[in-house]
Amino acid sequence: MAGSGFFKYSSPASFYPLAGRLVPVFGWLAAALTVTGLYIGFVVAPTDFQQGEAYRIIFIHVPAAWMAMFTYLVIAGWSAASFIWNTRLSAMMAQALAPTGAMFAFISLWTGAFWGRPTWGTYWVWDARLTSTLILLFLYIGLMALRATIEDPRRADRACAVLALVGSVNVPIIYFSVQWWNTLHQGASVSLTAAPKMAETMLAGMPVMGLAAWAYTIAAALHRVRSIILEREAHARWTRELVR
Amino acid sequence: MIEWLSMGGYAYYVWMSYGALAIAIVAELLVLASRRRRALEQLAQHAQDEAFEEQAA
Repeated sequence: MAGSGFFKYSSPASFYPLAGRLVPVFGWLAAALTVTGLYIGFVVAPTDFQQGEAYRIIFIHVPAAWMAMFTYLVIAGWSAASFIWNTRLSAMMAQALAPTGAMFAFISLWTGAFWGRPTWGTYWVWDARLTSTLILLFLYIGLMALRATIEDPRRADRACAVLALVGSVNVPIIYFSVQWWNTLHQGASVSLTAAPKMAETMLAGMPVMGLAAWAYTIAAALHRVRSIILEREAHARWTRELVR
Repeated sequence: MIEWLSMGGYAYYVWMSYGALAIAIVAELLVLASRRRRALEQLAQHAQDEAFEEQAA
């Protein structure tokens, strides 16, 4: 299997230059999508008749929440791959995604608080969705802290993979919390099966900002995984050649 | 401009949200850049040590 197709890039040495070429692609894509999304969000989208301008927080709140949940599932996927194929790169990708996922989990809670205050009258309630999202943030922090406490990287990979897989049970809990419990948090504004609950121009900003969050996460994770590869392969001949 | 910035009276909530995201992204980019710099420095140090040992041998 070595050297063929997909598995060729499961080696850190061959993935390093590929990731280096992809970082600017996704980075500029993220920048262009962000500018477009903000233009739609602040210029094109009209004022909400109930919430006034406060609703404009939605253009970062919802994409950040999506990204925080999705990134955790991707981490769990890489963790499962690192168990099954014992590939070092899978564990490195899981490691590289955690800080960006944590950032988006924090932003979804923070922007939610600053949206909740003018609309619900409170920054925080122990509502099912808010609480399960706070647990998501703690899981991200736990993943990073666990790695920091285990010196041997391969053992840290396995411990973090267990935590990532066990913790992934929280993601469907967050997603379905608004249906399973009687929450203060509203249900989804966008659904693939039902008519949207928002005006179309208001709606358009969200997927664009969502794609921007995707592109940003990919760029940041690829940039970080390159540093992780250098850190962990510092004694390999090929990394030595990079600085000679 | 001032009217736009005032966000119909919700300026505090809107800009606290967008401002936090801007700060978080700038902070992450700085951390990413410094991590790469440190990794390369560490690598250069290893290479130097190795060349020194080769010379000594």
